[in-house]
Amino acid sequence: MDRTGHTTLAEWTAADDAAFAAASEAFRRELDAGYYAVVSEGEGQARQVTALPAGADLVILRRPIAGG
Amino acid sequence: MAGPAAAHGGPAAAGGALPERAGVAWRRPVDARALRARGRLWTVSTAAHTVPFVATAGILVGIEPGLAPVSALALVHAWAIPELYANRGAKVVRPQRRRDARAESTALGLLGDLIGHEARALHARTGLVPERGRLGVWLVGEAGALLVRPGGRRVHCWCVRADDPSLPSADRTAHLLLALREDETGFATVANLAFSGATWRVRRRLAPAMRPALSAAAQMARA
Repeated sequence: MDRTGHTTLAEWTAADDAAFAAASEAFRRELDAGYYAVVSEGEGQARQVTALPAGADLVILRRPIAGG
Repeated sequence: MAGPAAAHGGPAAAGGALPERAGVAWRRPVDARALRARGRLWTVSTAAHTVPFVATAGILVGIEPGLAPVSALALVHAWAIPELYANRGAKVVRPQRRRDARAESTALGLLGDLIGHEARALHARTGLVPERGRLGVWLVGEAGALLVRPGGRRVHCWCVRADDPSLPSADRTAHLLLALREDETGFATVANLAFSGATWRVRRRLAPAMRPALSAAAQMARA
């Protein structure tokens, strides 16, 4: 999620090693830039991940939060 | 990032705790017990602000009925101080300025994918996303959240935001929603409590369009 609403950084399938490697690299880059990666697990549930899960439908990168 | 699920690999979970908690490591985790304690503290604080003015009003009229105008002034103070606090609480979900309509629309689509039909409808009407948690029913806004405790009579108002102010409003809400879903206690620990008090008091201070969201959350919290 970014200022454009959201941007798709990468798409992959578990069967496509090259796409997954590229996605993992993009994933790592965003984590290094300060994003947190979250896998939504249905209503009311989300899980933070630190490595790209090959089987996830969607991994969302969110900014850190802080008290206002 | 999006990827059609083709296999179920083992995602490396980082654990249940919100990573932002590390930034406020000195804070005790805000669980149900801590919320009850904070609620009591706010009640005592409100009473401490109100009772002296009410007592003064009564004593003045008792001593000299001609001092009724001064008593009335004291009663106005007793009424206004909790209202000002409630107003501070309601302000945490005040809508922010919209920037880019296209980005807002895109962000709204993603937020809509994260929530169910009823929550989507309530968000469209009020700008707040309802989310049931273990601590109560949350209403997540762009730069804050309201937590209606079980029973629906008390609401905690939390000031909390994503660290990028340039994000579209629906994105800001989605960031908070995801963090809340990751770790509810961590979310409440990272957020700053702006007010805790009666639901009816906060409802009156909300923008009229947002009031149905608080009513719905209170109803959910009573169920």
